[in-house]
Amino acid sequence: MRETPVHPTFRDAVIELVHGAGGKASRRLIEGLFLPLLTNPVLAHLDDAAILPINGLRLAVTTDAFVVKPLRFPGGSIGELAINGTVNDLAVSGARPVGLSAAFIVEAGLPSEVLRAETEALAHAARRAGVAIIAGDTKVVEHGKADGLYIVTTGIGIVDPRAELGAHRVRPGDRILVSGPIGDHGITVLLARGELDLEADLVSDTRPLTPFVEALLEVAGPGLHWMRDPTRGGVATALNELARDAHVAIILTEEAIPIRDAVRGACELLGLDPLYIANEGQLLAVVHPAWADAALTALRQMPGGELAACIGEVCEEPAGVVIVTTQYGGQRVIDMLVGDPLPRIC
Amino acid sequence: MRYVDELRDPRLIRAVAAEIARLTNPDRHYRIMEVCGGHTHAIYRHGLVELLPPNLELVHGPGCPVCVLPMGRIDDGLALAEQPHVIFTAFGDMMRVPGRRGTPLEYRARGADIRMVYSPLDALKLAQTHPDKQVVFFAIGFETTAPSTALTLLKAKALGIRNFSVFCNHVLIVPAIRAILDSPDMRLDGFIGPGHVSTVIGCRPYLFVARDYGKPLVVSGFEPLDILQSILMILRQMAEGRAEVENQYSRVVPWNGNRAALAAMAEVFELRPYFEWRGLGFISQSALKISEAYADWDAERRFEIPGVRVTDPKAAQCGEVLKGVLKPPQCKLFGRECTPEHPIGALMVSNEGACAAYYHYVHRLTVAGRSE
Repeated sequence: MRETPVHPTFRDAVIELVHGAGGKASRRLIEGLFLPLLTNPVLAHLDDAAILPINGLRLAVTTDAFVVKPLRFPGGSIGELAINGTVNDLAVSGARPVGLSAAFIVEAGLPSEVLRAETEALAHAARRAGVAIIAGDTKVVEHGKADGLYIVTTGIGIVDPRAELGAHRVRPGDRILVSGPIGDHGITVLLARGELDLEADLVSDTRPLTPFVEALLEVAGPGLHWMRDPTRGGVATALNELARDAHVAIILTEEAIPIRDAVRGACELLGLDPLYIANEGQLLAVVHPAWADAALTALRQMPGGELAACIGEVCEEPAGVVIVTTQYGGQRVIDMLVGDPLPRIC
Repeated sequence: MRYVDELRDPRLIRAVAAEIARLTNPDRHYRIMEVCGGHTHAIYRHGLVELLPPNLELVHGPGCPVCVLPMGRIDDGLALAEQPHVIFTAFGDMMRVPGRRGTPLEYRARGADIRMVYSPLDALKLAQTHPDKQVVFFAIGFETTAPSTALTLLKAKALGIRNFSVFCNHVLIVPAIRAILDSPDMRLDGFIGPGHVSTVIGCRPYLFVARDYGKPLVVSGFEPLDILQSILMILRQMAEGRAEVENQYSRVVPWNGNRAALAAMAEVFELRPYFEWRGLGFISQSALKISEAYADWDAERRFEIPGVRVTDPKAAQCGEVLKGVLKPPQCKLFGRECTPEHPIGALMVSNEGACAAYYHYVHRLTVAGRSE
């Protein structure tokens, strides 16, 4: 039996950074403040994109605000993120993007060259993803107010008729696939801030996921049960939400999770867990076991999907929990993140 | 990474685990304390508890510098951070540790100039690039981090950098171990000695543990194989009726410590007569302050410090958990009033704290299925 969701009232007196970090506090804010006030059946799903049935079509709508410091980092920039992030929210909802809007919040004093460069990055990423920017808005705020530039994009897409996705379709026995090595983006940005005096040969993984989704729908459409792009909060947060929503256990196999040595090394040094680090070009897919091999093969044949892997399985018990089996047979719980991951000293 | 992978070799790990099982007597209970929070974290992260016999209990010790820092000291630090013209710098570990009016991250969101650094030298660099500001470094940690603070102060003096100071909260591990051994309800059979601290102080300072208290202590590395091997070495000592200090982490830890680091510490620091530890109370000669010769760089002398004292709520049983008398979930507040999001007691504060580690990695399993 599925439990009726109970929405706790939001009682925190002040909004703190932690409420935006994608972990438990964010969930409290969304479910305790936004959801009760804005309540409707579409929003209640709290999926990456809302699905609106219109004239026999399923319209997918999503919106995302991009705030990243620094604006440029190895492998990408805020302009590319603003496209790929929204395109990917549509993609993992099974939708092809048909148009995007972009709103720019610019800090007074930003060199025009920077705005031009980011708009070019935006245009380039949109072409790569095969989508047009069809509407926009600009606001300029006082100096010192917006870290240079914030971008908000909204995307509209059409859901592929083959896609039937959602936590409700996830069953024990389903396999969990990831499209490639995790943590590249988060560690790249952390190092690009230059606060840690660490260097690594690493670039952000920002890219559109539409081709991956297309391949999955092609070979495993009926067996494709759930997808998510594990951005802020990483794989751990995305899977915790799934475990909770689907009322299942997620059991991951530690050694199967693809992680580049540079990411693993940086995480070891800084005391971070790659499972909580943000990605901008990876997807998680939950696939019926009968389709899992075909889905994995299809991912691996895609350029950039060579390191795709099956990292775990959906189980019945203990429901609501994500567990990692270590390579020695020990287990640990992967909880929701309390706030942004911070480097440790010892 | 290959270097680390060898110490995570599943085959070797299972072999050591089997030997541990063979050496334990099923008719008795074993309590071994891992002193260091880094060990606690590694034990949970790698799921090592499940590789041990059920009658071998690992007790999580006081070696989490963030956890043992009293809330009053955090409030004192944050009072500095709120001063105009101050850039307040701290390790990432401190950023989410609550004072009475919030964490450093929350103070920063409200406008205080608080910056995370990975080394005190980075804080000194900030002082050089911001000559119009006062840069304060919130120094925490055991002997592991104290030498880097010492070197930074040596450098600040040599370069004559006047707009830099240190709010010193460095503590010492040996007095804490002694306090635990002296506690009347102490029930430990041996110690996994701290690895990082010992790279600085060596193994000799622990000799009293074996000599005066008859308990084995094995200085240990942080990889799964290190920790299991150290447990095995402790069990061997017990089986052979020995109590000695042994060095499992000899690839990094010199028996006599790091003389250069110790010399820098001796130059810059002196012992405080006493210092308050969260969960353990006042322990004499257990912490460092900045010496007379470096008084100009001592934030406690440069600024007016409120000297806040905040007592932990009586219901929190941190001290009992620290001494191994209670397991984290046996505390009355655990998982109810006291959670990692709203820590009340010291050990819930940092991921290396026993309660937070237990909460993240184990507790969720026991409450699974129940609605949250």
